[in-house]
Amino acid sequence: MVALEVQIEKKLAEFTLEVAFHATETPLSILGASGAGKSMLLRCIAGLEEPDRGRITLNERVLFDSTQHVGIPARARRIGMLFQHYALFPHRTVAQNIAFGLRDLPREEQSARTASLLSRTHLAGLEPRYPRELSGGEQQRTALARALAIQPEALLLDEPLSALDTHLRGQVEAQLQETFATYRRPALLVTHNMEEAYRLGEQLLVLARGRVAAFGAKEEIFRRPPSSEVARLTGCKNISRAQANADGTLEALDWNCRLRLANEPGQAPKYLGIRAHHIDFPETANEAAQEPNVFPCWIARTSETPFRITLFLSLDSQRAAAGEPQLQAEVFKEKWERLRDRPQPWRVHLTPQSLFTMPA
Amino acid sequence: MLISLATSLTATAVTLLAGLAAAAWRQNRAGAGAALVDGIFILPLVLPPTVVGFLLLLLFGRNGPLGKLLLQFGASVVFSWPATVIAATVVAFPLMYITARAALEQVDPHLLQAARTLGASEARIFREIALPLAWPGVLAGTILSFARALGEFGATLMLAGNIPGKTETIPIAIYFAVEANEIQRAMAWCAVDVGISIALLGGLYYWTHAQRLRRERWGQH
Repeated sequence: MVALEVQIEKKLAEFTLEVAFHATETPLSILGASGAGKSMLLRCIAGLEEPDRGRITLNERVLFDSTQHVGIPARARRIGMLFQHYALFPHRTVAQNIAFGLRDLPREEQSARTASLLSRTHLAGLEPRYPRELSGGEQQRTALARALAIQPEALLLDEPLSALDTHLRGQVEAQLQETFATYRRPALLVTHNMEEAYRLGEQLLVLARGRVAAFGAKEEIFRRPPSSEVARLTGCKNISRAQANADGTLEALDWNCRLRLANEPGQAPKYLGIRAHHIDFPETANEAAQEPNVFPCWIARTSETPFRITLFLSLDSQRAAAGEPQLQAEVFKEKWERLRDRPQPWRVHLTPQSLFTMPA
Repeated sequence: MLISLATSLTATAVTLLAGLAAAAWRQNRAGAGAALVDGIFILPLVLPPTVVGFLLLLLFGRNGPLGKLLLQFGASVVFSWPATVIAATVVAFPLMYITARAALEQVDPHLLQAARTLGASEARIFREIALPLAWPGVLAGTILSFARALGEFGATLMLAGNIPGKTETIPIAIYFAVEANEIQRAMAWCAVDVGISIALLGGLYYWTHAQRLRRERWGQH
């Protein structure tokens, strides 16, 4: 059951936006660096920009088709859009903002729908306030309620959390998850934050310079990124060029080591990677001796976050001394407390199950 | 005095509507054509009023294209009260157009786009979003236009002449009073002019002040 189908091309200043994907009733996260064309993509779907070529359909309705010269205007698309800075009408109260799209309905239905949205978005009591008199989270929820009021056939969210303080994000995220759970129609969420993309979407589309770098179930893309670019965009810190050896092992050219993988590597992998939190430090010599892919390592430097330590390490002592780390590992503080006073070199374990290869 | 007031108020009303319409039309357009139209709209501000008056006379005169057309309906505007309104309107129009355009451009385009996704027509967006938010600027343009219309002299004299009780606006009455060496009369008219201006500007000030108090809740000034 495909609800929203997009296949468009649009020439932008730096590159050409060229995407094809579809969305069903599960939320889709669109992840990409700033300037990757994410917002433009949403604007094309909403009808605020016109693609050069392609076709957009929503529930069998053709919204745009360049070959048939169809271009439904934004006001007739029935697509709810949540803007990055909410775009609330400053001269209208919360209730008037939410009811803006309901003018053609009878008065009683307008107020009934507004009231139900106010309670669903936990805004009851704030009806007479003006947007300026609301907190960031309340503004965001008002914008969400306003977009949902027209009962849109699809919902587009442009960086919905980026304008919020960190402490509000969790709260707003919960609101969005709640909304998605009951919405059951295509919902597209654009973000440059991979954790947000993962938490809020079921499906994931990775956009890089206007092109689809990956599209599918989020777990699969995070576990096995199809390319080194996607690996980087999904937060993988350790990527090395790779070369296959005759005995089935892989040479990690940037780390100067020979690695065994859990499965035979596919045909000629070009890169291999491992996520920072998968890098392990065996605590006993016994544990280390039995495993493959265990190497001596030296710590070049560390960087501390509230609960975790990032270790920048090198597999040879000279590089570490020169401050040129090759790998980045992340351990919890508790483990770091046990490790920190050990004499170097430590032993690092790149477990075969955590290593993945990429063809490009 | 009543002639002057009626002329200025009518001209301001026409300017307000025409200026807004022109500014709204211009908003979604770009390119050489629009820039040329811009130039034509602003021309009356740059040209000396006598030139504007002369051009209007050519246009509305007995042999002018518009004059001929009107004559077919048995009407002639030259040297009549409507002529004072036409002259004042044409001269005041650029001020309204420029300020209204600037005010409309200040409105966050995302608000207009949001309204579009919510199903609003362009006319409704202009009426309910763009215009209320641009209102302080539009009001400033209206005041400027009124001031310009009230003070209009050159083009009015060319197109409407000086017919007492018909086209004799205050600035024209003052000019001819001074010319006839009737200093007392000229001074009386000056006093009337100052009085009208102060009364109107004062009224506007109080009105906008009340508006501003309301606008503060929107986060705008």
